[in-house]
Amino acid sequence: MSNKIVNQKAWFLVAPVFLVVAFNALIPLMTVVNFSVQETFGDNVFTWAGVQWFQDVLHSERFHNALLKQLLFSAIVLAIEIPLGLAIALTMPRKGIWVSFCLILMALPLLIPWNVVGSMWNIMALPDIGLLAKMINGLGIDYNYTRQPVAAWFTIVLMDVWHWTSLVVLLCYAGLVSIPDAYYQAAKVDGAKPWAVFRYIQLPKLKHVLTIAVLLRFMDSFMIYTEVSVLTGGGPGNATTFLSIDLVKIALGQFDLGPAAAMSLIYFMIILAMSWLFYTLMMKNEES
Amino acid sequence: MFQIGELVFRMALELRNIVKKDGGNTIIYDASISFEPRSFNILLGTTLAGKTTLMQLIAGIQKPTSGKIFHKGKDVTGMAVQKRNVSMVYQQFINYPNFSVYENIASPLRVAGMTNAEIGRRVGKAAELLRLGPMLQRKPSELSGGQQQRTAIARALVKDSDIILLDEPLANLDYKLREELREELPKIFADRDAIVVYATTEPSEALLFGGNTATMHEGRITQFGPTSTSYRRPVDLLTAQVFSDPPINTTKAEKRGQTLSVFSNQKWPVGEAGRKLKDGEYTIGIRPHNVAPFKHGKSIGTLNAKVIVTEISGSESVIHATVDGHTWISQSHGIHALPIGSQAELYADLDQCLFFDGNNRLVS
Repeated sequence: MSNKIVNQKAWFLVAPVFLVVAFNALIPLMTVVNFSVQETFGDNVFTWAGVQWFQDVLHSERFHNALLKQLLFSAIVLAIEIPLGLAIALTMPRKGIWVSFCLILMALPLLIPWNVVGSMWNIMALPDIGLLAKMINGLGIDYNYTRQPVAAWFTIVLMDVWHWTSLVVLLCYAGLVSIPDAYYQAAKVDGAKPWAVFRYIQLPKLKHVLTIAVLLRFMDSFMIYTEVSVLTGGGPGNATTFLSIDLVKIALGQFDLGPAAAMSLIYFMIILAMSWLFYTLMMKNEES
Repeated sequence: MFQIGELVFRMALELRNIVKKDGGNTIIYDASISFEPRSFNILLGTTLAGKTTLMQLIAGIQKPTSGKIFHKGKDVTGMAVQKRNVSMVYQQFINYPNFSVYENIASPLRVAGMTNAEIGRRVGKAAELLRLGPMLQRKPSELSGGQQQRTAIARALVKDSDIILLDEPLANLDYKLREELREELPKIFADRDAIVVYATTEPSEALLFGGNTATMHEGRITQFGPTSTSYRRPVDLLTAQVFSDPPINTTKAEKRGQTLSVFSNQKWPVGEAGRKLKDGEYTIGIRPHNVAPFKHGKSIGTLNAKVIVTEISGSESVIHATVDGHTWISQSHGIHALPIGSQAELYADLDQCLFFDGNNRLVS
């Protein structure tokens, strides 16, 4: 250890990264931290509040409800989009003229701005003029997402599935085409059935892309704001008031900056912890 | 191909006038070839020669556009691959990623519905032969490339296939492992009651394995027979070119009496091989190891060459040079570090010269 070379030049080389991280993550985050431990009444007057806001938020039923709804939403969306995306990717052609057609079709929903997606589904689902609403009502089912919580959830889940399943499809498809043809031939020579090919060749080979797909879809669905805000605005009542929507209500609606800041940090920590948990579990799975 | 008794014939694998087309492209042109039982056969050719396609046709993974395949006297042309009792080893290391080595080797036996005791016995035997004993509980991802390929080979061996197809199995291994496995392979297959077909791009690999070699070029089988015969007596120029590494040296030569006129007015004596030929135009081929920067042999042809580059590997020198606009290669023992761009005299041993006629058929 005594002959360890101390190279001070290295600091110059990493300094730009520190600067970028400081400006785009650390400093903005610190202003939130600043608000979260103080009480302010505007005019730049601050009083120390300690962990008061954190305690308030963690004990409030409102927060618990919003968190539960958010978790439920992510769970439903993951449970639908991952298997559906995988199934679509498996049925997509691997070669021929239909490949680019399918890929473009799949990429389309991903290219649409989020608030436009919200507006589209809003118009589609409007009780009096919407195509979707008319169709469902035509089946004899009473459907009105502006009044019924179940209908609102149904619409939001449907919208998210429409919007984001493509991402899972494209990731899985990329994983599938990267499996060498020889694997399929080897399975054929062995006399393996299609299910065995899926279970023992395709699924293990897709492990990495599925990990990425689950992580991306979890993080995105857990932070969903724009589409829901445009479509239901959190309603009817508080039926679709997820954490993100509640946070904006508290921060900008009620202008409770302290609690909102505390909530932001808790929200951030939850996402960080969950993502870490997902990642380690899946990587552990990989090793064993 | 040669004299085969009725009984032996019934055991063999025969391809009769096989043609394979894919869209507008013909991949295999009218291939007829028959493999003897318990034989080691090599398909030698460059990439895109059609080796892999021919193997897939033999395995039944692809169906021929026309022609028939017989196995043990039975027409198996349309038969599904699962029913043919073949095994295949690929250039990539193909194993089930989440199975242990043991389960990977056992997989074809499990499909066949064998008892656990029998599976254990057979896997143990195959693992011992391929020295995989200590790795049986590991996953393929925890193995070196050589061990992964050994696992794939063990999987091919374990089920007593009638036909074992190896498609460039050593191409993706690094040098040391390749040498090691190359040495072991003939021993592994020695006491197998199977037809082994081994595809490779390397002439040296074919020579090392012996057996029979089919040389392939752009979808055609140019020659099939004992490996040493294909090498020493290639039926045509194409076969000689496929079966030579470094590439065989060729030039036009005009024979008059006992003199050959080559390049621009260079006179060479006619060597042993061409003595009885009629006078006329020929293409001659001389393998690089019969060309050296020193005089050797009885009939010597002198080349006034300009050195392009010299590769020296250990105790061998490979000299690339231009002679009258043609590139010639000399491969000789010893270190001959000729400077780039220098003029040098190379000497060809003309007793080893191959003569090809106007249709590029071997005539000497």
